[in-house]
Amino acid sequence: MTLRVGTDDVRGMLRDPMKHARGLGSAQAGVGHWWVQRLTAGALILLGGWFVITVLSLLHADYAMAHATVAKPWNALLLILFIVTAFWHAVLGLQVVLEDYVHTRWKEVAAMVAIKFVAVLAATAAVLAVLRIALGV
Amino acid sequence: MTDRPRPLSPHLQVYRWQIQMVTSILHRATGIALAVGTLLVVWGILALATSESAFETFKSCIGNPIGVILLVGWSWSLTFHLCNGIRHLVQDSGAGFQISQFVRSSWLAVIGSVVFLVVIWAYVLLVGGAA
Repeated sequence: MTLRVGTDDVRGMLRDPMKHARGLGSAQAGVGHWWVQRLTAGALILLGGWFVITVLSLLHADYAMAHATVAKPWNALLLILFIVTAFWHAVLGLQVVLEDYVHTRWKEVAAMVAIKFVAVLAATAAVLAVLRIALGV
Repeated sequence: MTDRPRPLSPHLQVYRWQIQMVTSILHRATGIALAVGTLLVVWGILALATSESAFETFKSCIGNPIGVILLVGWSWSLTFHLCNGIRHLVQDSGAGFQISQFVRSSWLAVIGSVVFLVVIWAYVLLVGGAA
């Protein structure tokens, strides 16, 4: 579609390049965020269900039995996937909450960095712990 | 970059309460709660990898009355965020956008979350836990 003033196509002219200089407008990263949020949500329906059922199956378990259950290859794999997916989904969700409610830019950035640090630290620690259990080291 | 004041929409106090508002707010609140609750799961895994005594400490912490209250809160957060999340995924496909459908699916999410919660804790009470 063309937009004409007289005989000139003025589409490009109506888009003020100042918006890029000011950092307003779309950063073009929203679709990726939206998709990964939905993708992790779908995965967490399955992984969350597995996690709840597995925990319920361990109600009577002592330490050795719980340890042995997590050490089984499928359980270790699914537990790692559950933890990583859950933290990934959480970071994306908390980012939206921060963007909506924290209107001071440096506080928003600082909170987001802190959340990402904690999420990566916790997820990595959990993955390492599951690997230790699974590999018996 | 300087912070320029952005336009804000009128906030909660000007609206009559409706179930769609409740599910929307609860989705965020339970999401935040679950983010914190996942740290508890990490604690459990770390304790399991560390030693039997560390795991016993973990079990006694989540087994005391305050721990059980938190577990009930987290498990309801999980069932609600799950039910309402599925509702949002369905809506992302473009379905269920009429107001009547919106209200009905909101109530379905709330009721479904309570049903799942009751099933989970009924199982815990019937089977009984070592924790």
